[in-house]
Amino acid sequence: MKQTKFGRILADGYLGLVLALLYLPIALIIIFSFSGNSNFRFDDGFTLQSYLSIFNSGAQTEMLLSAIKNTFVLAISASVISTIIGTFATIGIYCLNTKLRKVTLVVNQLPMINSEIVMAVSLMLFFAAFSQVFPSSWARLIISHVAFCTPYVVLSILPRLQKMDPNMYEAALDLGSNPFSAMIKVVLPYITPGVMSGFAMAFTLSLDDFIITQFNKGDTGIETLSTYIYEDARVKSLEPFWFAVFSIFFVVVFTLLLLVNIRKNSKKEA
Amino acid sequence: MNKKLKFRFSRKALAYPYMAFLILFVVVPLVMILINAFITDGNKIGFDNFVEFFSDAGGGLTVLGNSLIIGFVTTLLCLVIGYPVAYFLAKYHASNNVLVLMFILPMWVNFLIRTLSTKTIFLAMDLELGMGTVLFGMVYNYLPYMILPLHTTLVSIDKRLIEASEDLGASKGTVLVKTIFPLSLPGVVSGITMTFIPAISTFAISEILSVSKIYLFGDAINMHFSKATNSFGVGSVMSLVMLVLVIVSNLFTSLNEEEVRSVL
Repeated sequence: MKQTKFGRILADGYLGLVLALLYLPIALIIIFSFSGNSNFRFDDGFTLQSYLSIFNSGAQTEMLLSAIKNTFVLAISASVISTIIGTFATIGIYCLNTKLRKVTLVVNQLPMINSEIVMAVSLMLFFAAFSQVFPSSWARLIISHVAFCTPYVVLSILPRLQKMDPNMYEAALDLGSNPFSAMIKVVLPYITPGVMSGFAMAFTLSLDDFIITQFNKGDTGIETLSTYIYEDARVKSLEPFWFAVFSIFFVVVFTLLLLVNIRKNSKKEA
Repeated sequence: MNKKLKFRFSRKALAYPYMAFLILFVVVPLVMILINAFITDGNKIGFDNFVEFFSDAGGGLTVLGNSLIIGFVTTLLCLVIGYPVAYFLAKYHASNNVLVLMFILPMWVNFLIRTLSTKTIFLAMDLELGMGTVLFGMVYNYLPYMILPLHTTLVSIDKRLIEASEDLGASKGTVLVKTIFPLSLPGVVSGITMTFIPAISTFAISEILSVSKIYLFGDAINMHFSKATNSFGVGSVMSLVMLVLVIVSNLFTSLNEEEVRSVL
């Protein structure tokens, strides 16, 4: 009995150590975002200087705000388009004959298993070869994001669809509904949870992407948050400006995810 | 015979636009890599790019070798650090979803933000940026991707199997080695794939954490496609090599990927 308790203490100690390592860099950045410096010392005491610099750094402020705007415009367009394409495609794929369905699902897997850089390079070469057809960087970026997000939408809807009783669709037809309205009124409501989680996944994937955007943003200067961070902060050490921006990020991302998960858990228990 | 042709709504047809999309924007672009690999400097067609890469003229093959080693070490470290985490979580905290989430959370923060944060801290500590810092950054970045699939399989192991081996007289160590570990192998394989391939092909992490002293395969591919170098041919050959690595490593993955991703 005593031995088990000891084992548990050791185990918790180990878990705590790994957690501490995972969060140490994040915690340090947040703590020293209040120092106004980037030397990890409170030379000027506690100050909000770094946070104020987000708004009064001239060109840097402008670039940051436009990068945030671009990131969201891209993520919203890409995730809405992938969700629409993915939803209808999944219903179609579900109804295909076995052989064609298998082939389609294998190709659908390609963007998921492929290394990001290979996908980025392939799209870049493609757009370069057909640059007349795709002159706009925005179109290129949206297409590339839709291409790597839609497979996840399809795979989050498909299991839900496979669980559905096919008789429900048949019943709607028997009751005089035409195939199209049967799909809209019976199938679509049933798969909605899958559609929503597919949308959420597409949105976060697009939001977080760096490599594919970096290769396909073109010369027109569309910077998303990640490409702008890469351009601006990679060479130098981080400025106080970035300490503040990163801290806001950490807090926003962690709060959102914890909230979402706590809600999910309480739903499960209810 | 003279029936009027009526538009008939077929649900199957809903798949066709997406199939066209996949061919156009996934398959054709991959074929473009293949084509570009054969286009040489003088816009001629030949094997020059392959010769240049495989003869290691530009050092590309050496970079690949180094990346495979660093990728291997990263994956091994992630497994050695991550397996106990997943195991203890499943054993003592199976119902504590928030704690499990804490280990996965960092992966939702953009990797550039995390990598730049660690670099800044290393610089403040006066550590010399090099192999050690790159390895730390890689493990720091990929550890959650290893813990997640491991945890998924370890939690789903039937407790009765563990009790059965205990009842049959196995010691704690034996239960771990002979019952739990073999049952968790799908998660191990999946964790290795989710760590190894991104680790060798990523760019920016090694670049940032070694001030460009250490080049990984992803950095090398990126360099070949940059404006300054502009050697698309060799870059395409390297991308093809990467693609082959992806396919080979996926042949090993036996675990149903949807299962892992459903937790994400």
